[in-house]
Amino acid sequence: MHNPQLNKNGELQHLLTIEGLPKANILHILDTASSFVSIGDREVKKVPLMRGKSVFNLFFENSTRTRTTFEIASKRLSADVINLNIAASSSSKGESLLDTIDNLSAMHADMFVVRHAQSGAPYLIAKHLNDTQQSHVHVVNAGDGRHAHPTQGLLDMYTIRHYKKDFSNLTVAIVGDILHSRVARSDIHALTTLGVPEVRAVGPRTLLPSGLEQMGVRVYTDIHQGLKDVDVIIMLRLQNERMSGALLPSAQEFFKSYGLTPERLALAKPDAIVMHPGPMNRGVEIDSAVADGTHAVILSQVTFGIAVRMAVMSILAGN
Amino acid sequence: MTQVYPELDAEALYRALAQQVKAGLAHAENLAIVGIHSGGAWLAERLAAELQLNERLGFIDVSFYRDDYAEKGLRADVKPTQIPFDVEGAAILLVDDVLYTGRTTRAAINELFDYGRPARILLAALIDRGERELPIAADFVATSITMPAGQSLILERAEDGRFSLTVEHA
Repeated sequence: MHNPQLNKNGELQHLLTIEGLPKANILHILDTASSFVSIGDREVKKVPLMRGKSVFNLFFENSTRTRTTFEIASKRLSADVINLNIAASSSSKGESLLDTIDNLSAMHADMFVVRHAQSGAPYLIAKHLNDTQQSHVHVVNAGDGRHAHPTQGLLDMYTIRHYKKDFSNLTVAIVGDILHSRVARSDIHALTTLGVPEVRAVGPRTLLPSGLEQMGVRVYTDIHQGLKDVDVIIMLRLQNERMSGALLPSAQEFFKSYGLTPERLALAKPDAIVMHPGPMNRGVEIDSAVADGTHAVILSQVTFGIAVRMAVMSILAGN
Repeated sequence: MTQVYPELDAEALYRALAQQVKAGLAHAENLAIVGIHSGGAWLAERLAAELQLNERLGFIDVSFYRDDYAEKGLRADVKPTQIPFDVEGAAILLVDDVLYTGRTTRAAINELFDYGRPARILLAALIDRGERELPIAADFVATSITMPAGQSLILERAEDGRFSLTVEHA
């Protein structure tokens, strides 16, 4: 099947998911991002690559942090950014998703950054653009339903490579609400593509999706076993707003069984790093002592996230 | 196809360039050296060592400032720009291996200004092959040549640090 992310020359045209993305493309994005990191330290925090391009942030679902980092990334590339709070506008007046896209394309959009509660919405938009001779317009998936959050996955890989240098000897544990997590899915695909030998999923049975083993993941319901000798711990947020039914007794119960405390962190390797995609729930999935401790690289993830998004956008816009 | 350019002895040219730079910048104040990746960076490294300016040596990759991004996209091998000194008020010697259209120099100057306002920027090039498309001239040049448009001249550095020049035919 034709990969809808790639153009006819095999170049990245849209970024929709890490699943099926060749290793070379992932490494190209990470390498390019490393050249963007230092721009944040300069007198003028801007390069002229996307001068005159219009980037539309289409957030059908709220996310302050992701929208802000995409906005900063666009501005540091000198693009013009238009933020649309779609939840409060057209779609509530009954306009269909693709009509919204056609209207914005008619305003000469060059790129759409799309966050949507429905899995597959960015695909639909990318396919529509390709089918209607608008393939010069690019789509970046900024999180769709439970499916994928590719830029988060890429910035996690950038962070891991920054601290661990090499993927080939690592044990990585992803802990918490994996069932509802698009971050976990994107991380798992990226880690396996980059050759991480051991990826673990740690959480209560009710928050672990089926089919993890088929993705090459080792499943642990006991956090003590799951964290033993790991190099990287990726904590996930307990997604209250996605929680339906009685998957968990309570947030306090969850912390007792799966919260990352200093004692549990001590089971990992002495130089282990602790990551979290944010926003953190202190005292629910992570203890404050760990979140503010020396192993945490959570704020580095935020900084690197801007450089990674700049890399993604500038690679897409140039193809 | 690639061939060495036997008429051009890169080592001799480097020595000529270094001599010019030393004489021309003997009294320069607040001097710093910036090499353009990749050939210019190697030249700058050696010049900085000779001028004892290792603390004031930077490297620049102009990929984010190129004017052909819209046609060609982003190059696959972008290197980080590293400017470890304060650009504000500095006299910067910009170093490139081959000066041709002047577009790379234009991009490098623009990038430097995003780090601060230098007191002056000077340009040193190992070879000037003419055919400028912008009003740019070098302050120090080891030699000037003419070449057919389809060819490019590439500086290479061996493991022992010695320079050589090869010609690539498009």
